[in-house]
Amino acid sequence: MTPDVVYDQVIGMGCARKLVFSWGGNPGVGSLHRLRDAVEHGWPVQLELEEHSHAGMAAAYAAGAANLPFGVLRGYRGGDLPARTRVARIACPFTGEELAAVPAHRPDVGIVHAQQADRHGNVQLWGISGVQKETVLASSRSIVTVEEIVNELERRPGGVVLPSWTIDAVAVAPGGAHPSYAHGYYDRDNDFYVAWDEISRERESFRAWMERHVLGTTDVTEYRASLARDSRSRV
Amino acid sequence: MSEWTSDEMMAVEASRRLRGDTVCFVGIGLPSLAANLARRTHAPGCVLVYESGTIGAKPTELPLSIGDGELAETADAVVSVPEMFAYWLQGERIDVGFLGAAQIDRYGNLNSTVIGPYDAPTVRLPGGGGAPEIATSVRDVFVMLRHSRRAFVSALDFMTSVGDKVRVVITDIGILEPVDGELTLTALHPGRSADEAREATGWDLRVAGALRETEPPTGAELQALRSLRTKGAA
Repeated sequence: MTPDVVYDQVIGMGCARKLVFSWGGNPGVGSLHRLRDAVEHGWPVQLELEEHSHAGMAAAYAAGAANLPFGVLRGYRGGDLPARTRVARIACPFTGEELAAVPAHRPDVGIVHAQQADRHGNVQLWGISGVQKETVLASSRSIVTVEEIVNELERRPGGVVLPSWTIDAVAVAPGGAHPSYAHGYYDRDNDFYVAWDEISRERESFRAWMERHVLGTTDVTEYRASLARDSRSRV
Repeated sequence: MSEWTSDEMMAVEASRRLRGDTVCFVGIGLPSLAANLARRTHAPGCVLVYESGTIGAKPTELPLSIGDGELAETADAVVSVPEMFAYWLQGERIDVGFLGAAQIDRYGNLNSTVIGPYDAPTVRLPGGGGAPEIATSVRDVFVMLRHSRRAFVSALDFMTSVGDKVRVVITDIGILEPVDGELTLTALHPGRSADEAREATGWDLRVAGALRETEPPTGAELQALRSLRTKGAA
């Protein structure tokens, strides 16, 4: 729905052919510059867009999770977006009201991050849950990265539990939500989002950053150490 | 030289339009500032809904993102994104929705998608996000937008959301409200002129016969506003 800086990195490295999204910016900061460069100049490769509204995309995920062919909403009324997205008009069979139908989202693979899994692979996430549950249930296969493995999940009010048999793989990835946050573990790294605006603005500074921190490191531990050195020097 | 900034004037004017029982859908930036100001001054019961899924959020600092942990910790209810858009927004439980944009036309239609043609834009903007359905599902849309010819255009490059429910446009120069379907300048902020507004509008701007002047921010409003710090801001 809202591609974040990780998507900007994937797009800037030319690893994405198509983006399905409903809002593509750097929250509270501005643009995703690599996304812009790909759309405006085809750099480093052409990027196909499939653009939705949040409401349309949420309905499409929910339909996917429900194994329905399409979702229904009172949306996409007026404006230019309906002509650019995947939407059809249908009539309510009971009242005749005109509604919007959107084809279900059925990703091949869904990847989400959660706080905890237990030893059997049951997962619990809590806080703002977004479309995480729908992503897992709508996808043919799903991978959940977690902050930690615990012996037993402690039930949390409002927590979302995904039983192990709905998930294909769990990977332990402490800090895996960075630069975003994991509720109850660490806060959003707002400074990183602000810094990303500068890093990603030019092709050269973006490439240099990727080479230094991603291509130039062998694993996530080295990547984190490399980032930490940089943020110390920024201070 | 005034004792407040134009952003502060805009936030204060927007906040005054919210009441103690208003349920409002807020985004990041000026709308979030305005709604939080209302909650800390004349409208403590104002319900702030952020589209990430938090209903009745009471942040102590302004979030940089709608996906901020503190919004969930202080909210009356936290719901999933499909539930937010289906049950709450589409369910017509929201009174006021704030929208911003890169372009607006005389009918209150907004563009936050592209500058230039859709297939070959000169500027690709973030896109509509929640705007298309906010614009048609809330009772009243409030637009907050700085006045300039780049933003107030005679023809939009792309219509992201429709203006049917736009009740007010709050700019750094004054207030526009629809009169017979067309946005009309109805008030000016202290020290601003109708000519400035005309100059900053890309169409022949209608000006109301009886032009009001907005009340300058009070000391209490400014104090509350300035105590609202944004996370991660320099």
